[in-house]
Amino acid sequence: MDHGNDAAFVEFERVQKSYDGETLVVKDLNLSMPKGEFLTMLGPSGSGKTTCLMMLAGFETATHGDIRLAGKPINNIPPHKRGIGMVFQNYALFPHMSVAENLSFPLEVRKMGKSEREAKIKRALDMVQMGAFGGRRPSQLSGGQQQRVALARALVFEPELVLMDEPLGALDKQLRETLQFEITRLAHNLGITVVYVTHDQTEALTMSDRVAVFEAGKIQQLAPPSELYEKPMNSFVAQFIGENNTLEGKVTQIDGATCTVQLDSGDIIDAMPVNVSHVGERTKVSIRPERVEFNKSRLREGAHTLKAEVLEFIYMGDIFRTRLRVAGTDDFVIKTRNAPDQVRLSPGDQIEIGWLAEDCRALDA
Amino acid sequence: MSGPPIYATTGQRIWFYGFRVICGLIFFFLIAPIIVIIPLSFNAQDFFTFTPEMLRFDPAGYSTKHYADFFTNEAWQVPLMNSLKIAPVATLISVGLGTLAAIGLSQSHVPFRRAIMAVLISPMIVPLIISAAGMYFFYSRIGMQGTYWGVVLAHAALGIPFVIITVTATLVGFDRSLTRAAANMGAGPVTTFFRVQMPLILPGVISGGLFAFITSFDEVVVVLFVGSAGQKTLPWQMFTGLREQISPTILAAATVLISISILLLATLEILRRRSERLRGLSPG
Repeated sequence: MDHGNDAAFVEFERVQKSYDGETLVVKDLNLSMPKGEFLTMLGPSGSGKTTCLMMLAGFETATHGDIRLAGKPINNIPPHKRGIGMVFQNYALFPHMSVAENLSFPLEVRKMGKSEREAKIKRALDMVQMGAFGGRRPSQLSGGQQQRVALARALVFEPELVLMDEPLGALDKQLRETLQFEITRLAHNLGITVVYVTHDQTEALTMSDRVAVFEAGKIQQLAPPSELYEKPMNSFVAQFIGENNTLEGKVTQIDGATCTVQLDSGDIIDAMPVNVSHVGERTKVSIRPERVEFNKSRLREGAHTLKAEVLEFIYMGDIFRTRLRVAGTDDFVIKTRNAPDQVRLSPGDQIEIGWLAEDCRALDA
Repeated sequence: MSGPPIYATTGQRIWFYGFRVICGLIFFFLIAPIIVIIPLSFNAQDFFTFTPEMLRFDPAGYSTKHYADFFTNEAWQVPLMNSLKIAPVATLISVGLGTLAAIGLSQSHVPFRRAIMAVLISPMIVPLIISAAGMYFFYSRIGMQGTYWGVVLAHAALGIPFVIITVTATLVGFDRSLTRAAANMGAGPVTTFFRVQMPLILPGVISGGLFAFITSFDEVVVVLFVGSAGQKTLPWQMFTGLREQISPTILAAATVLISISILLLATLEILRRRSERLRGLSPG
């Protein structure tokens, strides 16, 4: 990824949005994107992510704050003068025009000559492997083909910024995966800046340079996918991204990068203090199912362990998913890889589990 | 025609046939008076009844002389021309204003939408004679009573509800992300309207227009109040003709009006099917 130009290309500064003048749908949003970045806004419905996209596109106006594109405030520029491409969830292809006419529309609006238009339309359609479909009506295409056309139409007038509002939401899983890959490839090849909205975390993790996790009108964490998954900064992000085990307790000791937490059941565990700062504070610790270890030889000397009872063993092909009863909870999950030497637990087994302190994050309660 | 299902009880059988008889009677009651007019209009005599020759299907009993009279007699040609001058202009005004009103009222941010809609639709609901009387007094006050534009505007007001209703119905299925997509690609509101929204709601606009046209073309009450001799329309002439000169030419005129109505309704049906096809296949 080339971040040659580090100056912010898209900027939200202290942006607020309220529809009714009372409740804020977007609270104090600050975001800055360099040119060429693929940024995903991820969050549950009603978290404000789509509102942010609509403000960027110009279909909603910010109640407070500035939105800047390439350094210029765009709050007062109507949508049709912003020059931003957009892909909609329901494709929004014009049903009364052929595929080629759909692509021609943004070029005609820009008063481009016929031969230039035709060349651009051909190039854009070839780019999404739809070159042979120029004469078809949108209604004669499948969902995946329609979304390719919509993508070509958003790119044909060569905007520098393209917005995508859950573009793959209506497609089946396999098609979604193919198109995820195609969209990322296109975006990187063309060097365009993309703001992508989705509620599908797999999509967010696989496609983006950075992901902004939205909740209750705020960005909870803005980070590259690996950091988001491995180093969630608060319990919402830990819960929202991937599968996660949560245990509640109280900090009993902090020692630099490690701390010990006494769970409500009385057990003591090792953790890494993330947003706890003093002894006695309540905390939720978060640990990923694949980072839990029940082979004692792989744990550090003196590491705390917990007694666990196997409740359920699920064979999932590439991995085993085992549900345990640990420290008073019945839904503690561990995942192990289906390797030749892997132990297959069975219900009723009594085991001891532990983990590396840095894999267990003590977050806000 | 298939019979009642084999498991039907006697009562259900009786109802099965009884239902069809009732439907047949209703259709007969509705259509017979109109159908009868058509052969009668070819009567060779100046009678409103079937002559013995006609009943014997003797060609001598039939003629097109009433049609000749209709198309040559000034007493009919002037009203026909008046109708043709008034109806299209009233239709244009209805379509223009009605379409704009429907689009405006379909936007969720417009305050008092329901109340405004109710006012605009009212000419269709308020008894015609009351609208007519109201218009008569109002137009007299502002000096438009008895003028061409008075009649045109009155008819436009009667036609607008039809346009609003049909266009609103097409707008219900209109996907708002299409206008957003157009704006996003750089099209201003005017371009978006003419290139994206208008083509898609056109079937609704045209069928509304046809209803408005027929309303004006068939209208007699309002024109009697608002118009003067100079705006005597075809229905007006038929109305007075029936009372004053009892000429079978009125039957020829009626047949011509029926033909026009059937032609327009056929167009309407074709358009409706086309829009259904477009919408049935449209994405989302």
